[in-house]
Amino acid sequence: MKKEFTGKARLLQGNEACVAGAIYAGVEFYAGYPITPSTEIAEGLARALPKIGGKFIQMEDEIASIAAVIGASNAGCKSMTATSGPGYSLMQENIGYAYMTETPCVIVNAQRGGPSTGLPTKISQSDTMQARWGTHGDYTSITVAPSSVREAFEETVRAFNLSERFRTPVTVLTDEVLGHMREMMIMPEPGELEVKERIKPNVPSDWYKHFELTPTFVSPMASFGDGYRYNVTGLTHDQEGFPTNVASEIREKLDKLRNKIERFTGEIYKLRSEMMDDAKIAVFSYGMVARAAYQAVKMARAKRIRVGAIQPLTIWPFADNQIHDLLTNVKKVIVAELNMGQLVHEIRRVAPRHVEVIFMGRYDGEVMTPQQILDKIKEVK
Amino acid sequence: MATEALQHSDVTHHYLRAKKKFPNVWCAGCGNGIIMGALIRSIDKLGLDKNEVAVVSGIGCSSRLPVYLDFNTLHTTHGRALAFATGVKIAKPHMKVIVITGDGDALAIGGNHFIHAARRNIDITAILINNKIYGMTGGQFSPTTTGGAFATTAPYGNYEKQFDVVKLAAAAGASYVARGTVYHVQQMEKLIEGGIKKKGFALVEVVSNCHTYYGRLNREGDAVAMISWMKDHAMPIQAAVKLPPEKMVGKFITGVIHETDATEFCDEYQKLVERLAAKEAEK
Repeated sequence: MKKEFTGKARLLQGNEACVAGAIYAGVEFYAGYPITPSTEIAEGLARALPKIGGKFIQMEDEIASIAAVIGASNAGCKSMTATSGPGYSLMQENIGYAYMTETPCVIVNAQRGGPSTGLPTKISQSDTMQARWGTHGDYTSITVAPSSVREAFEETVRAFNLSERFRTPVTVLTDEVLGHMREMMIMPEPGELEVKERIKPNVPSDWYKHFELTPTFVSPMASFGDGYRYNVTGLTHDQEGFPTNVASEIREKLDKLRNKIERFTGEIYKLRSEMMDDAKIAVFSYGMVARAAYQAVKMARAKRIRVGAIQPLTIWPFADNQIHDLLTNVKKVIVAELNMGQLVHEIRRVAPRHVEVIFMGRYDGEVMTPQQILDKIKEVK
Repeated sequence: MATEALQHSDVTHHYLRAKKKFPNVWCAGCGNGIIMGALIRSIDKLGLDKNEVAVVSGIGCSSRLPVYLDFNTLHTTHGRALAFATGVKIAKPHMKVIVITGDGDALAIGGNHFIHAARRNIDITAILINNKIYGMTGGQFSPTTTGGAFATTAPYGNYEKQFDVVKLAAAAGASYVARGTVYHVQQMEKLIEGGIKKKGFALVEVVSNCHTYYGRLNREGDAVAMISWMKDHAMPIQAAVKLPPEKMVGKFITGVIHETDATEFCDEYQKLVERLAAKEAEK
């Protein structure tokens, strides 16, 4: 690990923190295409990767970027790309290919307003559902959502870990404000944060099955050139990786994609809550909105309103049981998002029946302020 | 050469996946099998280590080829094979990366990746199987379908213009551009071998037959008739350059049509890495 990336206090942009986090996690390959507001990630890795023996390429578009990332991952590299809404939309078919072929890779989506070209320089959280359901077909996704520069670093490291551990693409949802905002952070020393590597096969090549069904549903993964010579296809395939139309094998494959993640939600979820012990009202928010929510909760507590805050850092898979439990003793939950209502549907699904779910959304390209959330708390108390 | 002592058919079997259930997906008489055989023999002749060969493909009849081969095989999404292959090649530059693609896959949906792979002159060998039609979806016209020809989406005849694959690849920056046919198998083997040996982006266009759709819709006959047509209309470049233009009407050129030496992407990247390392060492 290069000294310049660890061990001292640095003033970093969110996008730069994603770069530093990726390097900390051991990124070896980056392919990307310029797009506001994520471009600093490509710029940072274009500078850093050739110095640390990694590979950087600017591709001809986002479709090619994620394709190259998946190709490099199958050749053994820890791989990532970064983009924003329009690019994330273009990548979706190949992200589906990564789900199907169980190829680890990390995609940072610095969200901007949409639909279409939308608001390239404005904040939004309107890709929350796209991160879950963006590509066609049945699958389960992992998505993390940092809310500070420090978290952008940590969650990028965690995204790589989850991706390698579960052999799946992982999305890091940031946004325009987090990407461009600067905060001081102490760079973690090597070893301070856990860094995971993918599980390699330990069987002779004749026995190797690239999609072997294991007790954890995650198959050990050989790389191209390792001597295992397997087949990878986006067609629904058997454990060897050969296309199949057999009903039992189709079901087995799709169950594997779901089970390897949903049965391990306990390992994947990351939830922060503050002042929830005696709270009658909860404010549920994620990403940049969570910062305003914590501030609003403090202001409300000063006025003796019993309110707490819940922030999921893993937004997919949704931590159904844990969030249900946190909401057991509240009467109301305010769901604050920078969109027209996306994760609020998950809260409606998992909240105990007696809990009233109140949505507050902002979708005019501006941040949610603590005062706005405080006003809502006062209105519903 | 690992399999020099083996009989001709044993060479093929040595490179086919024993576990994969044959028969293949192709129609009887399809040129794809001929090309697969030629590719195997070229690789065998070059004595490549199976572990060091990656075969990447997109979507379509042609792109089903890698699954039968005992290499590192990546069957990707429609049109994107060259972009996936670019990632594989950069990650492991010592590996031989071969792309199998078709006229629709490489030139329509994948046109952008095609010109950019050529522009970068990345050391990938692309075998473009040109049967002038979308076979897997049932006979729609492609960017190489002949003007006036019929297709299921050109029921009154094709009124679009065509790409000349060879000119396109050469203009975009490929180091090696060749054309062969499924009739001229020995020539095709040599062209593929030349493409793999060549440092930089190599394109081998193989003119093939889709008698099931193109042949039927255009009354060009069965597989034998379509392949015989290639025999009568292909003109090796050595002969073609000596002929007056009027003698070339209706003919097409085969052989190595364009070859040049240019810097290669992975080499240039490696030079950058070394330059930066040397600068770091000076400090």
